Amino acid sequence: MQQTRSGFGRRAASSALLSLTHPSKELFQRQRALLRNAVPAGFPSPADDYVQQRLSLDEHLIQHKESTFFMRVSGDSMRGLGIFDGDLLVVDRSVPAAHGCVVIAVVDGEFTVKQLMHTLQGKVLHAAHPDYSDIPVKPDQDFAIWGVVTWNVHKHTP
Amino acid sequence: MQRAIALVDCNNFYVSCERLFQPKLEGKPVVVLSNNDGCVVSRSQEAKELGIQMAAPWFQLKDIARRHGIVAFSSNYTLYADLSNRVMSLLSRFSPEQEVYSIDESFLDLSGIPVCHRDYAQQIRETIKRCVGIPVCVGIAPSKTLAKLANHVAKKHPQHHSVCDFNGMTGAGLDSLLAGIGAGEVWGIGRRITARLQEMGIHTVLDLKRAPAKRIRAEFSVVVERTVAELNGECCLELEDVASPRQQIICSRSFGTLVSNLPDLEQAVIAYASRAAEKLRSEHSIAGGIQVYIRTNPHKEREPQYQPSILVPLPAPDDDTRLLCRAALDGLRQIYRTGYAYQKAGVMLTGIIPASARPRSLFDDPDAQQRSTALMSTLDRINRRMGSGTVQLLGAGIRTRWAIKRENLSRQYTTEWEQLPTVAANGKKAAPHNIQY
Repeated sequence: MQQTRSGFGRRAASSALLSLTHPSKELFQRQRALLRNAVPAGFPSPADDYVQQRLSLDEHLIQHKESTFFMRVSGDSMRGLGIFDGDLLVVDRSVPAAHGCVVIAVVDGEFTVKQLMHTLQGKVLHAAHPDYSDIPVKPDQDFAIWGVVTWNVHKHTP
Repeated sequence: MQRAIALVDCNNFYVSCERLFQPKLEGKPVVVLSNNDGCVVSRSQEAKELGIQMAAPWFQLKDIARRHGIVAFSSNYTLYADLSNRVMSLLSRFSPEQEVYSIDESFLDLSGIPVCHRDYAQQIRETIKRCVGIPVCVGIAPSKTLAKLANHVAKKHPQHHSVCDFNGMTGAGLDSLLAGIGAGEVWGIGRRITARLQEMGIHTVLDLKRAPAKRIRAEFSVVVERTVAELNGECCLELEDVASPRQQIICSRSFGTLVSNLPDLEQAVIAYASRAAEKLRSEHSIAGGIQVYIRTNPHKEREPQYQPSILVPLPAPDDDTRLLCRAALDGLRQIYRTGYAYQKAGVMLTGIIPASARPRSLFDDPDAQQRSTALMSTLDRINRRMGSGTVQLLGAGIRTRWAIKRENLSRQYTTEWEQLPTVAANGKKAAPHNIQY
């Protein structure tokens, strides 16, 4: 990858990048001519009035761009909630972690994805898999909520 | 009206960025090294307490690092720039006037914001910590120079809870505080000026504040005189009024007519980046990154408003116009949106160091380097003789340099799909990816 980039770079460096014409006007017009490809000939497209921005998944999945991060899942302890090994999680740090939220928790310095439950005995990190037991959060434990999982992206093609 | 200028500064910024994605490093001594893993550029509190000095050469520290389990990272500027952009973008919501001063510092004008500024600053801290995970300190004062000092106090004295508001203090209280800080801590007072001040019997910030303006002007310059005025609470440096060319070079201009399309903005940004690169070379310096910003006219309130900015890090510090222009264009294309009438565009070079301190690496291409230097000096010579802009850039096809030596580089957690942070869903632990000594 870097090899090809470097190769490309050398070629680009040796090709002429400077023009000896006087300031920007001509340059500017030339570039404009290249970029403006709408040639005024023939019928205008009947769809012109209906053009809108194509839908963006970014816009749909990311409500707060400054506080949103992506994470990769390793393991299957959350498959009961439809989160599988290798899935891509959309994590928003600004969302408050309410009862029932899927959260990224930090337990003893390690990231773990769990469902947060508020019980009478305190907070519990629930695994959505019968083989894994719930973790009650002890008051003296090194524990923090890193962020709330807002979306899960699962790939269905091999 | 009393001016209230806040300086928001990220604590141990690079270390805080690394810890965000490796929470197990919380409470451990951590350092980040400069390009080529040369010397220490960021230290956690624990590392500071072990006596690790800023800019200490790493090879001299390997013993103490092994004994105390200090974790060292190579600079991951891609990660730091992304987190910096997030912090700055959040901060911009807290004030109509923002000056991004460096990768981890920003001034905000809080004058006239009708709430308790201490509470407001705590709200800023809480927001940045919660949303981006970076701890910050806030200093508030009537001038930028004092705001810098207030931030210094907020950092050093835990009793302030990371926020220090000089405006909320009595004159006597502030003076006794300033009497405890060395004059060398003042923004813009370098080592040489400090030494000369000492000879004049000026040791503390309070001494400097009380120094007669005329004498300071005669001994030094109007710049130092202005610093003294700022210490006396007079706001001489407006936001964006950048005083220190060593830290950054700004080139920006308002357009004659409003501009909406990308090609026109590209044209402007190429011109500004070229100009900034020329200034950079005239100071025999190289830059580590380039910040690009565009903005709509804030005075046309009925028009849709948009004021984005982005910091683009370079693979290695450089002064080549072609490389800087390409980085600037990449940034512009990322922030540009249709449907706005832009009034102003600008670029700012950051991370500026002397060209003589250019980091060397195994993958340097000395031939390419020499050609670049020769081409740029020819370019500058022609433009000096025949007028600025006689020879300028047409395209932006630039070579990419090989990466520098970075042995303990953490992942590009936020910018590469293949390097996302891993979260365990089975108790298995994610593989460590830093080297512990």
